[in-house]
Amino acid sequence: MTSRAIIFSKLGDYGYIAIGGAICIALLFGLVFIHGGYLVTVLQLAMIYGIFCVGLNFFMGYTGQASFGQNAFAAIGGYGTAIFCVQYNWEPILALLVSMGIAGIAALVVGYPTLRLRGHYLAMATFALGLITYDISVQWTSLTQGYMGYSGIPPLGIGPFTVEDERMKLLCLIAVVLFGLWISYRLRASRFGRALRAISTSEPGAAALGIRVSHYKLAAFIIAALYASAAGSLFAHVVGFISPEVFGLQMVVVTFTMLYVGGIGTVLGPAIGAIIASLLPEVFRSTGRFQDIAYAAVLLLLLIFMPKGLSALADIGRSRAPRPRAEG
Amino acid sequence: MALLKVRGLTKRFDGLQANSEIDLEIPEGSLFGVIGPNGAGKTTFFNMISGFQQPTAGTIEFAGTDITNMRQDKIAAMGLVRTFQLVQLFKDMSVAENVEVGFHLATKGGVAAAVARLAWFRRQEAEIHAKARELLDFVGLADQAEQDAELLPYGQQRLLEVARALAAQPRLLLLDEPAAGLNSHETDALAKIIQQVNGQGITVLLIEHDVALVTRIAQRIAVLDFGCKITEGTPDEIKRHPDVIAAYLGTDEAAHA
Repeated sequence: MTSRAIIFSKLGDYGYIAIGGAICIALLFGLVFIHGGYLVTVLQLAMIYGIFCVGLNFFMGYTGQASFGQNAFAAIGGYGTAIFCVQYNWEPILALLVSMGIAGIAALVVGYPTLRLRGHYLAMATFALGLITYDISVQWTSLTQGYMGYSGIPPLGIGPFTVEDERMKLLCLIAVVLFGLWISYRLRASRFGRALRAISTSEPGAAALGIRVSHYKLAAFIIAALYASAAGSLFAHVVGFISPEVFGLQMVVVTFTMLYVGGIGTVLGPAIGAIIASLLPEVFRSTGRFQDIAYAAVLLLLLIFMPKGLSALADIGRSRAPRPRAEG
Repeated sequence: MALLKVRGLTKRFDGLQANSEIDLEIPEGSLFGVIGPNGAGKTTFFNMISGFQQPTAGTIEFAGTDITNMRQDKIAAMGLVRTFQLVQLFKDMSVAENVEVGFHLATKGGVAAAVARLAWFRRQEAEIHAKARELLDFVGLADQAEQDAELLPYGQQRLLEVARALAAQPRLLLLDEPAAGLNSHETDALAKIIQQVNGQGITVLLIEHDVALVTRIAQRIAVLDFGCKITEGTPDEIKRHPDVIAAYLGTDEAAHA
């Protein structure tokens, strides 16, 4: 067996397109890294959204439920970090973890009654959750400083070590995304992940096999909230400023786009979608006032011709016929 | 000893009496059939036993425990596992993965176990992977293991549902019209599988529209019509019973018979 054959047999499902895609993404990050400047910021935000989307994918992709209100948990993370770090001078990591804990508890409390709803009703209820959080962040000025928001949030760091260089920030965010993807990958192919995916296509089928549907939905909702909160905290540290608008409706629309463009329900899709949907507007920047139209047109074409998302490209080379079993 | 005891089971949907006062006892180890014309209330009866609908009145006892109004997943955990008339496959998953979901009750581990992947967890995953292949082999779907479940022809989808239910290690397997939509060749294959399952000591309750199949393989049969149990007996008794002939052919023909 040649070394090439060994590599490809180990990759299993993923064909040349997947490898090509991985090389493209690596090249892209490499070039941006060398070039520096504005695109580094674009990729930083892409990574933050990526973390959010990898989490949302647990609830919307694997489990097949609709949530239009996950921005609420990003707001908890963002404001938690801002308040703990600015008002109380907490360590960033501690603030991030405590905010995640608060977001998780909030998801448990909100999700327990809400997740009894299905389909459009669940979508409306979660949508309301996002709106309520937005209103709170505007109105509760003693805590959130209203429209002013928080500025001067310190950069990420542990003790005396802080990450202030834009390139280093990007590296840290890439590491967090990879960690998030690794967890997603491990959970998807497990008893837990299979239960979630079973629920997405047949709740009666899942229940008849002893899966407690309501618990698994709640677990997926909480996991999505933890990722969202982490994304919110990281945004606060990387940008240094948050306001209610950051976690507004725009975030819902953008992250949905990312999920569907990348491939909802797949492991890598949310991250790929976050990168593509963040870079597309930059690609079209030269078209001036046609930027939004060009962006929307490309998204439409992607959704029409690749309804399963970009990550489905990797399946093109894959045959539907039974594959020979790998030995060992 | 009766594994399943149903007493006075009744279901009313405003005005419509879907099931009224059904009594039934399924002996442990038996292959029991319930037949009846379309709309006789067979599926309602089934849904109540498996916890998918709440009875208006009556009790259901399984292995000595009252399971009336118990949650579906708890009933399944007790060993009462059902299939569906309209197949409820997990379409986005492969054929093998569908069966692996069936092992949910027989395995353990949540989020932490899946992330940590300690030795016991990896061993468990390898075990259910192998056992899923065995079950697929048993129902004759081994060659399709890696396919998307959605791509299977209808007859094979039904077999996959049976394999998946077996993975949950039932004491009582409830099959809801498993032969619906199958051709005679597929029905024969299914009949053989059901008999083999029963031969392994699993009690089977088979609800079927196809009278020929049930009278061929069931040891005892109950007949439902208009939501009532009209009779119960051995296949031979049922075939000769005038009420059964009437229910299936209409009263005029029964009078001439």
